[in-house]
Amino acid sequence: MTETANPRFLRPLSAPNADPGQAITFDRPLALESGRMLEPFTVAYMTYGTLNAAKSNVVLVCHALSLDQFAASRNPITGKPGWWDVLIGPGKAIDTDRFFVICPNVIGGCMGSTGPAETDPATGEPYGLTFPLVTIRDMVRAQAALLDALGIDEILCVIGGSMGGMQVLEWASSYPHRVVSAIPIATGARHSAQNIAFHEVGRQAIMADPDWQGGAYQRHNTRPAKGLAVARMAAHITYLSEAALQRKFGRNLQNREAISFGFGPDFQIESYLHHQGMTFVDRFDANSYLYITRAMDYFDLAADHGGVLAEAFRATQTRFCIIAFTSDWLFPTAENKRIAHALNAAAASVSFVEIETDRGHDAFLLDEPEMFATVRGFLNSAAASRAVA
Amino acid sequence: MKPSVRTLRPDLAAIAEMIPHAARVLDIGCGDGSLLEYLTAAKNVDGRGIELSQQNVNACVARGLSVIQGDADTDLAEYPSQVFDIVILSQTIQATRSPRSVLHQLLRIGTRAIVSFPNFGHWRIRLSLLALGRMPRTRALDYPWYDTPNIHLCTIADFAGLAREMGAVTEGALALSEEGHTQPMRTDAWGPNLFAESAIFLLRAGANRTA
Repeated sequence: MTETANPRFLRPLSAPNADPGQAITFDRPLALESGRMLEPFTVAYMTYGTLNAAKSNVVLVCHALSLDQFAASRNPITGKPGWWDVLIGPGKAIDTDRFFVICPNVIGGCMGSTGPAETDPATGEPYGLTFPLVTIRDMVRAQAALLDALGIDEILCVIGGSMGGMQVLEWASSYPHRVVSAIPIATGARHSAQNIAFHEVGRQAIMADPDWQGGAYQRHNTRPAKGLAVARMAAHITYLSEAALQRKFGRNLQNREAISFGFGPDFQIESYLHHQGMTFVDRFDANSYLYITRAMDYFDLAADHGGVLAEAFRATQTRFCIIAFTSDWLFPTAENKRIAHALNAAAASVSFVEIETDRGHDAFLLDEPEMFATVRGFLNSAAASRAVA
Repeated sequence: MKPSVRTLRPDLAAIAEMIPHAARVLDIGCGDGSLLEYLTAAKNVDGRGIELSQQNVNACVARGLSVIQGDADTDLAEYPSQVFDIVILSQTIQATRSPRSVLHQLLRIGTRAIVSFPNFGHWRIRLSLLALGRMPRTRALDYPWYDTPNIHLCTIADFAGLAREMGAVTEGALALSEEGHTQPMRTDAWGPNLFAESAIFLLRAGANRTA
C-alpha cells in the first residue's frame, strides 16, 4: 500500500493552488463482482475536518455520476467551489468543526481513482475498454478498503445523492455493522427502465463519435468530445424539471431579436445545454462515463437478495433518513419511498422526508433549506446516539 | 433536564403515562412529534412515527425523530407483525377511511394498542343535534359537516363494541373531561359515554384474532 500526496489527474489544473487531496494505491487485487480482479487499484479522496480520538465522527460522502471527491473545496481541475459547499463546512449542516468528512472518488472514475483512462500495468497501455466493468458494490468495496487503510472502522453517517445514494444503500446493506446512520437522497434501490434508456442514449452518442476510436482514443490522441457533450446534454435534461426549464428559459431567444430560420442556438435553453456539454468534456473522461453509467444501470439491490428489498436490510441497526424531491422525475418520490417501505418491513429505524421544489433531481445539490435542516437534525441525533461531541 | 409531562396536551400526557420505560413505540399520526420527543427523552423509548402532513414530518426529522410520511389507511400493511410493544393512534381513527382495518393492523403490529378519539356521545353533541337540528360543532370537533376530516365519528359505546366484536381485550380505558382531567372508566357504563369529551383505550389482540 502506498500513499501518494498528489493523485494523478488526467486534465490540466486550472486552480493549481487548490488542495488536490490524497490517494492510496493498494498493491493487492480488488475482487470485482464480475469475477475479474483489479490490481493494483487506487482510491483518491478528500477529507475535511479532524478525526476525533475515538474515530467516531466520520461522515462518508458518496458522489454522483459526474461528480468527484471535491465536495467542499475548490476543484483543482475546474477551479469551481465544492459541489456540496452548501451542505458541508464549518457551522453548516455537515459541520466540519464536529465531523471528519471523507469523500472518495469512485473507482471507474477519472479524478485519480483507478478507471479506464489509467495505464494497465499488464500492457503499459491505457485500459480503455479492457477495463473491467465495475458495479456500485465494487465502488463501495474500494471505499471500505480506503477506510480500513485509514484505520476507520465505524461510519457515523454515510450520505449521498443519486448514484451517491445507491452507494449509501449498498454500504448499509453490505456493512451494516460499520454504518451507524445513512442518508440516501434522490435515489433508488434499482435503476428504472427509463433511467437505463437515457443512459443508453448517452453511451450511444459517445460511441457514435468517430474520435471515440472503439474506446482507444488515448492511443489515437483523439477525444470523443462531441459524443460526450451530447451525452451530457441529454442527461442534463433529466436532472431538471419541465417547470424549472420553463421558469428559467421559457422560449427566450439567445442574443437575437427573432428566430434565425436555421439550426444555430436560437433559444436560450439550447445555448445553456451546449455550455453544459462543453464544460463537461473539459473535466470528464468519455470511457469513465460509459463505465459509471453502466454501474448505475446494473444496480438492483433487491435482485441481490432474492428479489425482496427488505432482505437487503434484514436486522439492520442502521438509522436511515431518506430524502426525496417532489419534482425529481429521474428518481421520483415513489422510488425513494420504496426504500422506506422495505426498511419498514425490516423493522428498521427510518425517516422519510419529501421536499417541495420545482428544481428537479438536481435539487439535492442546491440551496434547499429544508434539506439542510433535515440533515442537520438527523445527523445531530445520530451523533448523540454515539456520544459524539 | 427531563422534559415535563405537563408540556404535553392532556390526552397525550395521559397516553405517555401508560407507556413503559424503554418500550418500542410506533406513533401513528404523530403530528409535530411532541409525544415522541417526550417519550424518547423521558422514558428512553425506541420511537417511530407516521404522519400524513409532510411539513410535520420534516419538522419531526429536524428534531431528530424517526418519522415517515405515510397514511394509516394504506401504509400499515407494510409493517411486520409484533415489532412494536405499543402502537399509538391518538385522535386519528375517526379520520381514517377504514377504522376497522386500521384497528386490525394496530393489533397486529403492536403487542398493545392505545387508541384515543373524540366521544361523539358527549352530552353537548347530543344536545346540539337535538336542540338545533344541525351537525354539532364543538371545541374538539370544530369543523362544518362539509369540510371535516372526521368521517368516521363514534361514541365510546360504539368503539367498545367494535373492539369487542374484533375480539380485542380492553386492558384499560380513560375518560377525558373538557377540562383535561382523566379518570378510569368502565367502557360499558352510560356515564362516561355522556360526560367524557374524549376517551383513551388500551387494547391487545385477543386469542381469536379477527380480520
